[in-house]
Amino acid sequence: MKINNVILQFTAKIVFFMIFFYAVHIFFAGHYTPGGGFVGGLVTASAIVLLIIAFDLKTVQSILPINYIYLIASGLLLALGTAGIAMFTGKPFFTHFFDYFNLPILGKTSLHTAALFDLGVYLVVVGVTMTIIQTIGEDE
Amino acid sequence: MTYFLWAAIVIVVLTMVALLYRIVKGPTPSDRVVALDTIGVALICLVGLLSVVVDSSFFLEIILLLAILSFVGTIAFSKFIEKGDIITRDDSR
Repeated sequence: MKINNVILQFTAKIVFFMIFFYAVHIFFAGHYTPGGGFVGGLVTASAIVLLIIAFDLKTVQSILPINYIYLIASGLLLALGTAGIAMFTGKPFFTHFFDYFNLPILGKTSLHTAALFDLGVYLVVVGVTMTIIQTIGEDE
Repeated sequence: MTYFLWAAIVIVVLTMVALLYRIVKGPTPSDRVVALDTIGVALICLVGLLSVVVDSSFFLEIILLLAILSFVGTIAFSKFIEKGDIITRDDSR
C-alpha cells in the first residue's frame, strides 16, 4: 500500500531550510550568546533527520551525497589543525588568535580561530549523529 | 505585572498536569502522541513566560529549539504509528 504523504513532504522541504539556517545562526552566535558548534550540529542533524523521515534513506542520500564518516574525520582534522597551528609560531598548543579585519560587505569584523575549532566540533557532531541514525535506520 | 505572569505560569503548569494525565491514562498511542506534542507547546509557553520573569532574552533561542525538536519528534512518532517504521530504506519499492 502506497501512502500519499504530500503534506508532510512539502512541509519538510520548507522547514528543512528554516531549521538549517537557524543552525547556521546558532553556530555563528555561539561566541556572544548561547549556542555554538555542538547545538548547531545537533540542529543540523535534526534537519537532515526530518528529511529522512519525510522521504526515504535513498532519496536523502541522493540529495545530500555525503559520507558522514569522512565528515567526522575532516572535523577532527580541522579541530586538531586549529589547535596545533599555534605550535609552528612558537606559541603553546591550543593558543588562539584573533584580529579585526575590514571585510568587503560586513565591515569591521573580528575573526577568531576559535570559530574554526567550533566548525570542527560542528562537523564531528553532525557526522556522529547522522552515522548513528543511518546505521540504525538502514538495517531491516 | 509579576502576579499576572506567575498566574499565567501556574495556568500553563496546570495544563501540563492535565496533559500528563492524558499521557498516563490515554487509551491509544495516538492520544499520548498528541498530548506529548501539546506538552511541547506548553513548555514553549513556559520558557517564554519565564524569560519575561527573569528579564533575559537568552532563552528565546531555546523556544525555537523546543519547537523544532517537538515537531520532529511528533512527525517521527506519527510515522511510526502509521507505517510501523520511522526510517524507510527505499520508498519506491
